[in-house]
Amino acid sequence: MSAIMTKGLKALGLAAIAATLALSAPAFAAGGAKHPHAPKEGFSFEGPFGTFDQGQLQRGYKVFREVCSNCHSATLMSFRNLGQKGGPFYDEKYKNPNDNPIVKQIASEFEVPDVDTDTGDAITRPATPSDHFPAKFANTYAAAASNGGAIPPDLSVITKARHGGARYVYSLLTGYVGTPKGLTVNEGQHYNPYMAGDLHSAWKGDPKHVPPGGVLAMAPPLKDDLVTYDDGTKATTHQMAADVAAFLEWAGDPHATLRKKTGVGVLIYLLLFAGVTYAAYRKLWHGKH
Amino acid sequence: MSDHPSTYEPKTGVEKWLDQRLPIVRLAYDSFVDYPTPRNLNYWWTFGGILSVCLMIQIVTGIILAMHYTAHIDLAFNSVERIMRDVNYGWLIRYVHANGASMFFFAVFVHMFRGLYYGSYKAPREVLWILGCLIFFLMIATAFMGYVLPWGQMSFHGAVVITNLIGSIPVIGGPILTWLQGGFAVDQATLNRFFSLHYLLPFVIAGVVILHIWALHVVGQNNPAGVDIKSKEDTVPFTPYATVKDGLGIIFFLILFSIFVFFMPNALGHADNYIPANPLVTPAHIVPEWYLLPFYAILRAIPDKFGGVIAMFGAIAVLFVLPWLDTSKVRSMRYRPVMRWFFVIFVVVCLGLGWCGAQLPDAPVVPGLPSFTLLDGEFNSYLWLTRALTLYYFAFFLLIMPWVGLKEDPLPVPASISEAILAEHAKKKGA
Repeated sequence: MSAIMTKGLKALGLAAIAATLALSAPAFAAGGAKHPHAPKEGFSFEGPFGTFDQGQLQRGYKVFREVCSNCHSATLMSFRNLGQKGGPFYDEKYKNPNDNPIVKQIASEFEVPDVDTDTGDAITRPATPSDHFPAKFANTYAAAASNGGAIPPDLSVITKARHGGARYVYSLLTGYVGTPKGLTVNEGQHYNPYMAGDLHSAWKGDPKHVPPGGVLAMAPPLKDDLVTYDDGTKATTHQMAADVAAFLEWAGDPHATLRKKTGVGVLIYLLLFAGVTYAAYRKLWHGKH
Repeated sequence: MSDHPSTYEPKTGVEKWLDQRLPIVRLAYDSFVDYPTPRNLNYWWTFGGILSVCLMIQIVTGIILAMHYTAHIDLAFNSVERIMRDVNYGWLIRYVHANGASMFFFAVFVHMFRGLYYGSYKAPREVLWILGCLIFFLMIATAFMGYVLPWGQMSFHGAVVITNLIGSIPVIGGPILTWLQGGFAVDQATLNRFFSLHYLLPFVIAGVVILHIWALHVVGQNNPAGVDIKSKEDTVPFTPYATVKDGLGIIFFLILFSIFVFFMPNALGHADNYIPANPLVTPAHIVPEWYLLPFYAILRAIPDKFGGVIAMFGAIAVLFVLPWLDTSKVRSMRYRPVMRWFFVIFVVVCLGLGWCGAQLPDAPVVPGLPSFTLLDGEFNSYLWLTRALTLYYFAFFLLIMPWVGLKEDPLPVPASISEAILAEHAKKKGA
């Protein structure tokens, strides 16, 4: 009987771990949005051994620069990050990303606020690699005023700040569909099944079939051939969404590849250590219990 | 144990000199080398060692994080991200600290369930158990304040919800709330004092841990048979026997820890906490970290706010008086055929409360099932499931424990630890 109980307790222990994992999931499911999904070909960075595709990061940066950054900032990112190891413009020749000519070029396209040290006047100057990406608007009021009352969120950690991460970004960008019949959407708002929200009050149809998702102020930002990729990749909406999602995933967690690589080493070490310790334990406890 | 004579013999001149002035090496030797450990301890007993590793990891990573963190409402969020991006291996330190809290609570829950199952709270271990409860309470306070520090949406609104609970205390609640928040809302003063207290409390925990271990070494460890140590046959020296077993437990625990830190570092957190705090935007669904969900569920189960606060704190307070609620003479539930099933149900109920804490109270438990309104809510809702589970939680301590202890016929308890081991060997051969 006690053996059964011991087994039962062990099972409970495992169940506790499983429950811990499972519990965290429903806590996220605040709105009734559709579950975000990855592009059909998948994301190269997903899974314990996944890494970023540098070409995709470069294309993603282009989409971010030419489309997203018209309204969104990414102020936690420095220009030098683009040239650090694992980044879109990392070049082995330039271990110090501040020396990377592409990074210097990208930085110089932005004006950042500074102070003239001779006169004390507020001025702007071209950015250097050590500067952060500048804020798009002077303050949140200015951001709201320029965007129909909605404040475009900063994209630095957007993939960590949304359930589903890069999958969410991809699904949202490719997920715009026509407004379902029976749904009242205010002017300047757009329906998206992947947006978090609750449409009960705006829905006139069958109350049992409220459409999933919510509304947002951002109009569908992508359309085919909106940008011209330098590597000749065809700029379909799907391609641009996948590329910019990958770029934002990298931007949100730029050390992810190093983290996973370190993790593999740590686990191998711990497993070997466990083996040696287990052998010592067996030998030592032999005949003692 | 207290009656265990010291066997330490200083060998070198320096050791002899020190031993006559401050016998600290003797203390360490008697506590962690020659300390007699019951021979029959199973792996559930390794969680004590695991927990001390957890505390050390949290303190070391926390001190380093404090070197880079800025406790200001406009800078805190970005300073945490700066740690993740620009500080050398800052991502590792911060992810270890954030996941370390979850790991710490996972281990402490196992440790507490183990103590509950094997009767480790019964005489003469009441003080040992109470000190453990105190550590658990301090851990909750520390974890809550630590979660506020990144100043994300969940940090801020969680702090608002939890501090406002104090305000529900009649008459004195309001002034205490203002005193606690350092103003009339959760703001800069709140963040700054939470940082100060979050830095202080782990050292208080460390102090109580020392008392916990002291009390443990006075009364001796309990064991799966729940009988006292009778002879030398019943024990093995702590080193190397317990050290190698604890070591193995710690390594397996670190493997679990590493899987979270390196491959799913944000799986246990809430995505909303990567959105900078905004007092004007309330998240759709405010939930605490997973380890506080059972208590959050109990809080929401009571229709009255102050009643909910009492129930939530009562759920922890009842643990402090547990030694006097259990009327059974038998320690280990191995020999308590009725009580152990109530225990299994209790573990399931605790997990269920955690599950309920993450759900919206109005949501149906089984979608599509016909329901009816019972008092203030649908019967088929998490509200009523939570209430049923809360009822069992308290009944387990206040009714089942005293009652079953008196009525139950325990199985024969072995005369000694060695006898228990022999009986198990015989059973294994027979099986």
